Amino acid sequence: MNTMRRSSRWLAGLSGIIITTVLFLVPFAFVFTMAAKDENEASMLQFSWPTHFQLWDNVVAVFQARDYMLVIAFINSTILTVASVTLLVILGAMIGFVLDRRVSKLNPLINTLVLAGLIIPPAVVPTIWVMQSTGLFKTLPGLILVEVAFGLAFTVLTMRAFIATIPKEIDEAAIVDGAGPLRLFFQVIFPLLRSVIITIVVVQSIFVFNDFQNPLYFLPGDANATVQLTLFNYMSQQRTSYNLLFTNILVITVPMLIMYIFFQRQIVAGMTSGAVKG
Amino acid sequence: MSTTSTRPKAPTRASRATARHVDRSYPLWFYVPGGLVYLILFIVPTIMSFYFAFTRWTLFKATFIGFDNFVLFFNEPGLIGSLRNTLVYGVLTSVSKVVLGMLLAVVLSSPLIARGYLRSVTFFPVLVSSVGVGLTFQVLLDPFHGPVNAVWSAITGADGPRWLTDPKLALYSVVGIDVWKGVGLATLIYIAGIAAIPNEYFEAARVDGASSWQIFRNVILPLSFPATSTVIILSLIGGLRSFDLIWSTTQGGPGFASDVIASVIYKQYQAGFYGLSTAGNVVLFLVVTAIVYPLSRWLNSREAVL
Repeated sequence: MNTMRRSSRWLAGLSGIIITTVLFLVPFAFVFTMAAKDENEASMLQFSWPTHFQLWDNVVAVFQARDYMLVIAFINSTILTVASVTLLVILGAMIGFVLDRRVSKLNPLINTLVLAGLIIPPAVVPTIWVMQSTGLFKTLPGLILVEVAFGLAFTVLTMRAFIATIPKEIDEAAIVDGAGPLRLFFQVIFPLLRSVIITIVVVQSIFVFNDFQNPLYFLPGDANATVQLTLFNYMSQQRTSYNLLFTNILVITVPMLIMYIFFQRQIVAGMTSGAVKG
Repeated sequence: MSTTSTRPKAPTRASRATARHVDRSYPLWFYVPGGLVYLILFIVPTIMSFYFAFTRWTLFKATFIGFDNFVLFFNEPGLIGSLRNTLVYGVLTSVSKVVLGMLLAVVLSSPLIARGYLRSVTFFPVLVSSVGVGLTFQVLLDPFHGPVNAVWSAITGADGPRWLTDPKLALYSVVGIDVWKGVGLATLIYIAGIAAIPNEYFEAARVDGASSWQIFRNVILPLSFPATSTVIILSLIGGLRSFDLIWSTTQGGPGFASDVIASVIYKQYQAGFYGLSTAGNVVLFLVVTAIVYPLSRWLNSREAVL
């Protein structure tokens, strides 16, 4: 009985490994092998090991294509991600802080707005209309602010929940010592938010870096394309060189995979908040 | 543990002093910078969409035309079909993620060999952009040369289905890809939910001689309810609004077979029908709110009962 149970458990584990590997890892392996093939072999779309392994040549070719477009796209995406996530963290923490510490008549209104921000799909063309009248349309700063606006609700919610766990005595000690609101927030509270900040940075970076819809609407044009837009345009323009298409996919996926390896715990914490209550 | 300094309830001088210190230490202007961005780029466009949806609109000039955009939306087969597809897409992805995520999480919570590896592998697709996933699957599911149909032909001897180009199949293929990409997140949420169940429940069940199925049915299923409601709400919001994946696999095609509201909004925008596009946005707003808001209220009240 016992050995049967053990062997069946072992069998279950093994079949689990095989099934999940085939389902989840083979597509990644496919991307990798395609990215290492030459153009002729890749065009056969077969799942096979490349006869001429030329991953590096392909990577160089992808970066050089269309006057180093991908390099520019990487710079744009990096600026977009870093700037919008930085703003999100600071502005979200300020709102979450006051929302938790100060009970005012505004609280119900703000809670409603936060809930609305989580649920409501953004109204696209009216947003373009607002951006055009403020000179933000088709500019990188405009897209940064859009990402901030769309990500703020989630950030405030997470920040507020975390700030609620910081004892108020800490504030009071600082206030007694004569700290003003800015010093209280930036020098006393903000450093205590380290773990939740890492979580938000990682989760929002994945969202913003991988975002396709918002750049498509609010930052069209080749001059300041993001990596996702470049990839999409690449597909619609050059259907022939599949090896370079997959190299492109590989190149823009690697940053997020590296991030996962370094911040696995924080990603898990951030994405599962809400699953565990009470 | 809430030992906030004991404040007198009557309005004494001390309490007024506290009120002043609250005013000073937690200034309301902290709301302003974030609130301004949110107001200008999210709230104002949302409110304005309810006006522009009733106009013929060129971004510079809006002519009020009453319900014409909505009449068009609900009469044009290509447009009304997108409403149906949106609901099918949202419900199917959400249900699949709940069922598969729960199943995977139960397996991955038991003592298995290579558990860490399995958890990472199922989560990888979550990190890849929808565009990357969409383009990869376009090639994987290529009807004539793609690896999936190569395997299909090798096993059945017949030609494989035209996954993304058959009008009857396209939407469901995209649903499948969406589930492939998103099930890792659902699994992760369930794993956290199951890990939060106090061990005593499992011990008590084992002492009573409960079978694995009984443990699943009577312990894991009810006690991981918060995880279930999180997965349902998250994947419904994501599924009903989904654009990136559909646009990078089928672009709503063939014909209008896999068009959802979000892709119609984009197409009408591209075609210059800004009023109609915004009407689509209003329809999407109403659909998402009408489904998600009552559902989350209901799930929360059930959670409170448990």
